[in-house]
Order: sequence, then C-alpha cells, then structure tokens
Amino acid sequence: MILVVLISILFFGGVLAWLSEGLDSKYPRVIALTAVVIDLLVMLTLVGADAGDSGWIVQLNAQWMPRFGISFYLAADGLSVLMMVLTAFLGAVAIGSAWDEITEKTGFFYFNLLWTLAGVIGVFTALDLFLFFFFWEVMLIPMYFIIAIWGHENKNYAAMKFFIFTQVTGMLMLISILALTYFHYLQFGWFSFDYVDLLKVNTSSAIEMWIMLGFFVSFSTKLPSFPFHSWLPDAHSQAPTAGSVILAGVLLKTGAYGLIRFAIPLFPEASMTFAPFAMTLAVISILYCAKVAFAQTDIKRLIAYTSVSHMGFVLLGIYAWSEQALQGAVMTMLAHGLSAAALFMLAGGLQHRIHTRDMDHMGGFWAKVPRLSFVALFFSVAALGMPGLGNFVGEFLALLGAFKANIGLTVAAAFGLIFASVYSLWVIQKVFHGAYRNSDFDDSNLHDLSRREMFYFCAMMIGLIWMGMYPQSFLDLSAETIAQLLNETGQVLFAVGL
Amino acid sequence: MIMTFDDLLPLMPLLIVTATSVLAMLMIGVRRSYIVTASITITGLLAATLVAISMMDWTNQQITPLLIIDQYSLLFTVLVCSSAMLIAILSFSYFFELDDHKEEFFLLLTIATIGAIVMVSSNHFVSTVLGLETLSMSLYGMIAYPMHSKQSAKFPLEASVKYLVLSAAASGFILFGMALIYAQTGTLSFASLTDLPVAAVSLGDGYSIVALLMITAGMAFKLSLAPFHMWTPDVYEGSPIPATAYLATIGKAAMIVVLLRFIRASDSLNFDSMVTVLTLVAAASMLVGNLLALQQDNLKRILAYSSIAHMGYLLLALVASHYATGTLAVEAVTFYLIAYVITSLGAFGVVSVISSSEKEFDSIKEYRGLFWRNPWLASIFIAMLLSLAGIPLTVGFIGKFYIFLAGVESDLWMLLAVLVLGSGIGLYYYLRIVYRMLMTEKHKIPYRAGGVESVSAYGVLAILLSLLLLFGVYPAPIMSLVAAASAFI
Repeated sequence: MILVVLISILFFGGVLAWLSEGLDSKYPRVIALTAVVIDLLVMLTLVGADAGDSGWIVQLNAQWMPRFGISFYLAADGLSVLMMVLTAFLGAVAIGSAWDEITEKTGFFYFNLLWTLAGVIGVFTALDLFLFFFFWEVMLIPMYFIIAIWGHENKNYAAMKFFIFTQVTGMLMLISILALTYFHYLQFGWFSFDYVDLLKVNTSSAIEMWIMLGFFVSFSTKLPSFPFHSWLPDAHSQAPTAGSVILAGVLLKTGAYGLIRFAIPLFPEASMTFAPFAMTLAVISILYCAKVAFAQTDIKRLIAYTSVSHMGFVLLGIYAWSEQALQGAVMTMLAHGLSAAALFMLAGGLQHRIHTRDMDHMGGFWAKVPRLSFVALFFSVAALGMPGLGNFVGEFLALLGAFKANIGLTVAAAFGLIFASVYSLWVIQKVFHGAYRNSDFDDSNLHDLSRREMFYFCAMMIGLIWMGMYPQSFLDLSAETIAQLLNETGQVLFAVGL
Repeated sequence: MIMTFDDLLPLMPLLIVTATSVLAMLMIGVRRSYIVTASITITGLLAATLVAISMMDWTNQQITPLLIIDQYSLLFTVLVCSSAMLIAILSFSYFFELDDHKEEFFLLLTIATIGAIVMVSSNHFVSTVLGLETLSMSLYGMIAYPMHSKQSAKFPLEASVKYLVLSAAASGFILFGMALIYAQTGTLSFASLTDLPVAAVSLGDGYSIVALLMITAGMAFKLSLAPFHMWTPDVYEGSPIPATAYLATIGKAAMIVVLLRFIRASDSLNFDSMVTVLTLVAAASMLVGNLLALQQDNLKRILAYSSIAHMGYLLLALVASHYATGTLAVEAVTFYLIAYVITSLGAFGVVSVISSSEKEFDSIKEYRGLFWRNPWLASIFIAMLLSLAGIPLTVGFIGKFYIFLAGVESDLWMLLAVLVLGSGIGLYYYLRIVYRMLMTEKHKIPYRAGGVESVSAYGVLAILLSLLLLFGVYPAPIMSLVAAASAFI
C-alpha cells in the first residue's frame, strides 16, 4: 500500500501543482518540492527494512485485467528502494535547479516533472510485466513535454528523437513480453504477466535468444549503449536543466535496472550466451563515447557522451553477472546519478548565466566565479573516478567483477578511466583556467553560485563522499537482492551446465 | 416464414431507429425546426442504444435467414447507435450556421445508421448488400451536404461523386463475387458457406478464389485498405467533418464486422492464397498509410492516411484469427475497433468543435499554440492522438496490446515487424501535431467564438475522453464483455 501512496503523492501533487498556477505562478514549485520531499521521507522508512520470507520489503498485488492474468503488482526489495531514494533525491534537486530557471508555464512544468518521477518509481517497483511496460511508456510522455516545451533551440527534433527511439524499442520489448507470456500459456494453460510466474517458464534456446534481444534492445536504448545512444546527446543538450538532471540521473538507470531485474533473470541461458557481445558493446560505449566526448565543443553534449561512456561500465558489470560486478554496477548507477546530474546542473547554470553552451567561448572562469569552478572541479574529478568518491568504488568493483568473466574486454574497458581523466581535466582547463575572455557573450549575469545552489551541490557532494568513503552502507542494501538474483539464475545455469 | 411478435422484439433497436427516421421526416414535412429534428434524432438513437444494451444478456436469435441478433451484433449495434448519436450532437453545432436547409442531414444520418445496424447483424449476403447500400447511399448525401454553402472552401460535391463512383464499382465487385459463390454453393447464407472448400474441390480452387478475391477487394475498398485506398484522403478532406467522422468510424466498423463474419463462416483462410493476399494487403496498408501521412499538412488528410494504417493493424488481427486458438484474435479485432471508433470520433470531434460548415480549421498550422489558448480542448486532442499512436493510459494502447498478443500467438512475425515499423513512423506525424499545439502562438487565429450550440459538442468530447481513459486504465469490464461477445463469432 505504501508504494501506491508514494506514486499517488507524485500523481496528485502534479495535478495540484498544475491547478495552483492559476493562483500564483510561484505556488507550483513549492507544491512540487513538498510532494517530492514527503515522498523521500516516506521512502526512507523502507531503507534497510527486513525483507522477510517473500524477499520483498513491501508488496501489493491486486487483480487488474483478469482476462489475461494481468495484476497490479507492486513490490520493492533493497535494490528498488535504493533506486527509489535516488529518484526522489534527484527529483528534489531537479526542482531546485528549475526554481529560478523555469519562469513560463510553471504549473505544467512541475506537473510533468512529478509525473515523470511517478512513472520512474512505478518502473522501479512494478513486478507485473504489463504494469512495468505501462509505467515504462507513461514516463516518456511528460519527459517529451519537458523537452518539447521548455527546451532550447532545436527542441522539436530532440524531443521527437527521444520519443521515437524509446517508443519503437519499447514495442520490441512488448512483443518479447507477449511472447514470454504466450510460452507461459502454452506450458501452464493460463495467461500470466506475473514476474514470479514468468521466471518459471522454460523456453527453447533459439527463441529465448530472440525474446531476450527484445528486452535487451529496449533497455540498452534507455541505458544508453552503443549503437542506440544517438538520441541522448540531442535530448540532453536541448532539455532544460531539470530535464537533463532527471534524464541523466534517473531515466537512464531504469534501463540498467531493467537488465538486472528482468532481462537476465528471465533468460539466464540466452543472456550468458549473449554476455560477450553485450560486454563488447559496453567496451565500445566506454571507449568510443569517451573519444567522441573529447571532440565536442557543446558542454552539454560533452557531458552527455561521458554519460554514455560511464553507463558502459554499468552494462559491463551487469553482464559479468557476479556479485562484485553487480555491486559495482549498482554503485556506479548511484554515483553517476549524482555526478552527472551535478555536471548537467553546472552546465545548465552556466548556460543560464551567459546564454551559450559553446566551450570555445569560455575560459578563465575561476577568477570570476570561484565557487562554481570549485564545484565543477569536484564533480569532474568524481566523474573521472578519483578514489575516495563514489564513482571510483563503482567502476572499480565493476571492473574487478568483469575481470573474472572476460580479461581482454576488462583490460580494454579500464582504458576508459584514463580517457575520462583526459576529457574531464581538459574541460576544466578550457573553461575555468587560462585568461578570462568575455568577448563573445554578455557577462553581466555571470555571478557565482547562490546559497540555494550551494546547498544542493553540497548535498550531492556529501552523497558522493559518503559513497566513496563508506560504500558498505549502500552495498548492504542491495546485497540481498543481488544474492537472490544470482542464486536463482545460478540454479538454472547449473541445470543446463553453463 | 411467419413473423411473430417474439421475432420483432430482438429487432427493437433497428425498429426504433427506423421509426426515428420516419418521425424526423414527417416532422420536417410539418414544420422545419433544426433543434426539434436534432432532438428527435438524438433521442431516438439514445433510445436504440439503451434498448440494445438491455437486450445484450439474453438475446441470441436468428430473425429470418437474413439477420442474426446475438451478443456480438448487439455490441456493435450499441457502438453504431451511440457513435451515431455523438456524431449527431457534433453535427448540430457544426451545421448551425449553414445557410441552407439543415434538417435533412439528420435524416440521412439516421438512415445510414439503419444500414449500419443491418450490416452488423447480417449473416446473409442479401442483408449485407441491403445494409451496405443503405449506408453508402446516405453517405453520398451526407458528404455532399453543404454543396450550396457559398463560403465553404471545400469540395463536398467532388468528394461525393468520387465516393459514389468508386464505391459503386466496389459494390459491383462484391456482388459479382457473391454471384460466383452462389453459382457454386447455391446458397447466400453465411452459415452454409462452410461448403465452399468442398465445392472448391469439385470445381477447382480457382473458381472459389476468384470469388473470394472479388469480395475481399470490394470490402478492402470500403475499408480503404491499400492498394484500394486512393479515394480516402480526397473524400475525407472534401466532406463536412461530421460526414467524415461517420464514414471513418461507423462505415468502417460495420464493414469490418461483415468481413469478420464472412471470413470466419466461409473458412476462406483455408485457402493459402487468401492468407497471402490478406497478409500483403495488411502490410501494404500499414506502410502506405503511415508513410503517406508524413508529408501532409491537412489534418483530415493525416487522419485519412492514419485510418488506412489502422485498418492494416486490424487486418493483422483478422489474419491471426485463422491461427490463434480460442477467440483471442476475434477479441483483438473487436476491442481494437471499439478503441478506434472512440479515438477517431474524439479526433474528428475536436476539429469539428472549432470548425463550422462555413469555415473548417483543418490545417495543422491553425493548431499552433492551441494548448495555451484552450488547454482542455488541446488536452483532449493530445489524448486522442496519443491513443491513435498507442501510448499507455489510453484505450489505443490496450487495442495495440490485443493486436500484438494476437500476432504473437499466431507467429505472424513479419506482420509484427511491419506493425512496429509502421507505428514508429506513425509517431512522427502524431507528435508533429502535438508539437504544433505546444508551440507558443505567433498571432491570434480567429476561431469560431463557440456559442451556446457548441456546449453539447464539448460534452461529447468529455464523454469520449472519459471512455478513452477508463478503457485505457481499467479495461477489465469491457474486456470481459468483448470476450463474451466474441464467443458468438
């Protein structure tokens, strides 16, 4: 029941925010922030709770469409709770970043923001595959509106591309889901979309591979992984800051979550056969997108490509499918959620101040805006994998786990860390060091971070330092889920001798 | 055969609509009053809808060899009558300013509805033709209706003549096919058509296949399936919006029901060549419809091309009905049809609310910034477009879900791939319209002020939106209704 409450707070908070615009255009942001903070507080009661025998901390199962065995089945375990907390935390941060930036049509903006978050929380908790797909698609529409209405110069193209990429690959996943339920129907004589039921389905390996690929394509588009990543730089560079924060921090993680929760456990055999290919794609993402990032002059596009590169480590860790690798993947998801969100906010903040994203026009900002520059340095260093911060723990564990699975690919992937240092420090050098140039833009608005901005950047810094210094507190939360997933797939794989 | 009173009872919806048309005609003869004629029509159609709903649980009867009144035909009687009622309400505000006799439009609409009810209840070639021609004849009139209107920039007469000529040719094909079948089997009743494969053995396959192909081609024309789709955009664009809406929803739904009954009864899909033909037609419709819609700037043309694609999706489920076990594919056809009717009515409804017979706003340029000027209307339109695109929370998604499930169950992987491709292309032109509405407006576009007469039209849109969301979020009741009705096919 608590999960329904979490989702409804965001749903109704969104509606309320929209309606309140009629009274005063400043009300929506207050209502939105209140809703997200309440959600976050409620979620915190679930953190570290005992899962009990069922393996789920909380669950709710109600009939929805009995004709096809579709139920309204929500449940959360340690992994889901971790992801939900990340979602709500970044949701609050996103509202903070939109606080002054969004001045037009505020009601509808916060409505969309909250509905996106509600959809994401639905994705992280749905255990009925139909319901999962439902939320998966529902979160796209408000995100489309955010990009299409409040985006920058090329928003129509970016929003359309984002929507078509995710929707078309989503349809492939729908076909896969239906094929899987049909196999369930053939074996057991009734339709079911229940995750627990579908885990029991045996499929012949030839077809299993095709069904699994449907899931993989959809999830790796969202992740995104090479070769399905090309929507991301466009979406990020055109989206308003809050949109980028949600996209990078939360939406990308739904792809990784889908792989961990659905793609591999439902099809262990096909996934293990496919793992070398997936890991190769991951390595290509890491190296290729790091290289492409280096070639960008648009600061938001650059960060977008580094996102693809970092998510490559997540994909690598997931398909290594061992405890360390999965812990690394989850840790990278959390740490990257914070660091990428912070970097997009910095880029968005700069764009808001000087109305350009072109790095060729920037330089020597350290003297002018020291606090902003320091924060940028901190998060760049976090993103490049400095020991002591969360990203390092995640990427290190992912590589460590992957090393056992595939030495060659892991060695290649490790070069990604070096590339990351190169482009991160290059950005710092280019934008913040050197001589100050303001010939290309009007710098009258170029002021340092405000107290409000410092507040949420500090919150994110504390998060990253905590993850880096005492990662165990996060690892413990997802450990039980990961152990259970490994155990289930292990049994299947053992039975077929893999 | 002697008709008793008990036989008349199941025909009540048909009789009510017929009585309505007679009453409306007499009323026009006695005293012309737009509002009274409209009220009679709307009340009559509402009564027919309610009676049909109340009959649904207990009626399953063959009335004369021509008509079958079972749960399935009643379900579609409800759909036809209620849609006709909603279109009547929309046309009331649309034709309000027409500088000509306005009342007869309702008469034509009611007569067309009689034809549609006959079609959905028909399991005999004779009643099929009777219903089809009644429907088509009235549609010719409805399409050409505002031809004397001076300000009308459109070409109702051209559209009507185009539809008349081509539709008559298609009817000719259907009749020829029926004659060929009659020559083999000696019967015109669907129930006896199971002899067709047997007759095919004695006379050779070719004879039956030619007959089936002629009937299919004629019906494909009426459903605007590729490659028989050429007329669709022109007729849609030239007709007044209520007539377009009628043609696009009721006209097609009734035809699909006949096609479904015919194909299921005659086992035509036992001929491999028929499966091939339908598969190709379905694939071509999905691709042609979606691709040609990409470059259009006229909303009615976009909806015309999108309807071609949607008929292609439906045909996929129809092909699946040959392979799928149980009634799943029939349910898919039925549910998708209901979803399609609700959504199309909503889309045409929005266009109709801001248009009038004197000035139609059907270019997508004119929708720029609608979301900020009239959020409710734009939200309804966005919901309808997303439903056409098959996005969750809408009934269109559940419809797509059914089609996908039927396709997967029948291993129609090629058609499913085309469906994914087609829907992906489709997203582009639906989102294009959505984006237009979200843009900030440059200059004010003078819409119709929207007097008292359009209040009821807004009511229609509200009803359609609630149905769209209700069936999209909690479809369990309508699912079980569809499942129960589909068992009769």
